Amino acid sequence: MSVKVAEEWLNACSGCEIAIVDLGERLLDVLQLVDFVHMPVIMDHKYLGQKGDGEHMSLPEADVGILSGGIRNEEHLEVALEMRKKCKIIVALGTCATHGGIPALSNSYSSQEVLERYYSTESTDKPHAWPDQGVPPLLDACYALDEKVKVDLYVPGCPPHPDHVFSVLTALVENRPPALPGKSVCDQCPTVRQGKGELKRLRRFLQAPRYQGAGEPLNKMRCLLEQGILCMGPVTRGGCGGNGATPRCISARVPCRGCYGPVRHNGNQMLDMLNALASNGIEVQSLPEYTSLLRFSGAHHLLHPKRSAKEA
Amino acid sequence: MSQVINIAPITRIEGHASIAIHLDDAGNVRDSKVHIMSLRGFEKFVEGKPAEELPRIVNRICGICPWQHHLASNKAVDGCFGVSVPPAGRKLRELMQVVSHAEDKLLHFFFLAAGDFVIGPDSDYAVRNVIGIAKANPDLARKVVRMRQMAKMILEKFAGKAIHPVAGVPGGFSKPLLEEERVEILKQVRELLDFALFTMDFAKTKVFPPYLDMVQSVGVIHTGFIGTVDDDGALNLYDGKIRLMKGDGSRVDFDSLEYTDYIGEHVEPYSYSKFPYARCWNEGFSLDLSDPKGIYRSNCLARLNVADKMATPRAHEELEEFREKFGRPAQATLLYHWARLVEEVYACERAIQLLEDPEITDDNIRAAVEPKAGRGVGCLEAPRGTLIHDYSTDENGLITRANMIVGTTHNIGPINMSVNQAARTLIKNGEVDEATLNKIEMAVRAYDP
Repeated sequence: MSVKVAEEWLNACSGCEIAIVDLGERLLDVLQLVDFVHMPVIMDHKYLGQKGDGEHMSLPEADVGILSGGIRNEEHLEVALEMRKKCKIIVALGTCATHGGIPALSNSYSSQEVLERYYSTESTDKPHAWPDQGVPPLLDACYALDEKVKVDLYVPGCPPHPDHVFSVLTALVENRPPALPGKSVCDQCPTVRQGKGELKRLRRFLQAPRYQGAGEPLNKMRCLLEQGILCMGPVTRGGCGGNGATPRCISARVPCRGCYGPVRHNGNQMLDMLNALASNGIEVQSLPEYTSLLRFSGAHHLLHPKRSAKEA
Repeated sequence: MSQVINIAPITRIEGHASIAIHLDDAGNVRDSKVHIMSLRGFEKFVEGKPAEELPRIVNRICGICPWQHHLASNKAVDGCFGVSVPPAGRKLRELMQVVSHAEDKLLHFFFLAAGDFVIGPDSDYAVRNVIGIAKANPDLARKVVRMRQMAKMILEKFAGKAIHPVAGVPGGFSKPLLEEERVEILKQVRELLDFALFTMDFAKTKVFPPYLDMVQSVGVIHTGFIGTVDDDGALNLYDGKIRLMKGDGSRVDFDSLEYTDYIGEHVEPYSYSKFPYARCWNEGFSLDLSDPKGIYRSNCLARLNVADKMATPRAHEELEEFREKFGRPAQATLLYHWARLVEEVYACERAIQLLEDPEITDDNIRAAVEPKAGRGVGCLEAPRGTLIHDYSTDENGLITRANMIVGTTHNIGPINMSVNQAARTLIKNGEVDEATLNKIEMAVRAYDP
């Protein structure tokens, strides 16, 4: 018997859904095993009935509910609660769902500040009021899924590698826990680490790292962090390279920025990174700013608006 | 009694939107609204971030077209830091741009839109999709999946990450192309061109013919168009002048730095998304079907309409045939699907041109950059339209201000108009069924929002 799956995207970009499509020919095999009953990106099941005359949002019952994206507005919350009610297992797909992801950078600001800027850019005719008809009100912040509903399985990644999507889907069909990598990005990084060095400061990624020509394999290139370039590999959950293993950004000779979220689910990528740098004698003041270290995991109240002088 | 019909969510599109159709007492359409439901606030939260990090942050605006946000952002940061990109770096960026366009169009045509044409707009919702196609025509489905995956893997294998890319960097590109990679990718792109030509022919002979009446009736509106062209007027996806054309065919070309002189963004209370309009036409903003003001469209149909020609031979032949059949500018909304396939041919041909250029394997791909105060406007054609990233930086190269106009946004006004037109055409005397509502959604899907 096939497994019934419902899928929804919340405060998301659709990259996680495209990672599902990027299963390639494996997708056709998955479709033999999985019965999608609701998935807005590819199928036409509606919230309010197929004739659009229902009163309340209703999703079909399913064995598995997959949710990408965090929760930023009242509609996201309604969908997440309805999915939780109708599905036996809830999967948080992607780092927005597990830790807020890039959109949780907005947690450094109040919703007022976000709206104020968006509706006052140089190309915008400033409105008398912000939109409020038929659009869901914003919540006060961008939340990870588990701040609002119980999550049974976390599949981080921005986006998760299709190999992991595949292993999760097949594990769910076979009713067993999936095997997902748990160590750090460094654990799978082929570059050369020489241990503690003389490095005192980090530099911004404004020029190419050192390596001997285009043909030099990655396992001959010195670790980017040891070259003095900020790399979030040590504090970021590994696995981004999928079964191919090599971290994806490193394979482009670009440093990691942390897209799989913290190594432990409730870790803090900013604190962990600053601690790691400090304990290696590197001046953390050499970084241009710190907020970006939480760019993928700013939910769970890790990023929040600065309190104004008046409130303090 | 008046009644509201809700199509929620609009499906087989990217993102969150719904349609509310308001009927009068007689059951005819009084009004309709397309609600765009989400707002994330990139314009605000990129403030204070190091500019060189933006191409790796703003790509998350869209998981379907992350390459375009990534590359436009890189161009904007190049402008802020006042750097010029070495020729090979520029060519690698354009290669990624056209290959990702080629992938995107296959995704849209076969995975999102084709259910309506191949399975049929009146069919059951459970099969009116790519899953239904996979069951009804497994050989075609396997071929499509394989071709799209090949395009995607070109991006991933060479550039590390295909979704939310990292390989573009301010000053150029992060890694050079090896000769053996060039040879392999060239072979794959030639195969993609064959498939693009097959798809064009398949669509013209098998897919579109039963729907030509519908093309001329559903969602048809009269607007202007926007796109990017070369100095000689040929369509260009990566760089050039922005061309804004009125419905009567008259047009103005401008540099992306001057975009605010030409484009404004209007705000309506029923949509988080703003409504760009042609400020330079000095006629204000109106979505009135019989007398729209300031409304122009973006994406493939718009690009074909504004371009004088295509820069590659097979795509140019297709453009000529398209023009002969439908005129210039072509206004019928469902023609977006046809135009998309013409662009698919162009994207593959352009990728071949770039890969046949020996300079593309040059090692000099990246100029070192220095953070400084400045302003940059990065502009290119995303699959869904002219994409504008406009940043300012302080003396440390941190972002002080950002404005972005995303491809689909240009079409928010026109989508509202097309939905309104389709609803008025298809709903009479309160008679509404599922197939009717799906046909109204097809007027949205054509824009591939």
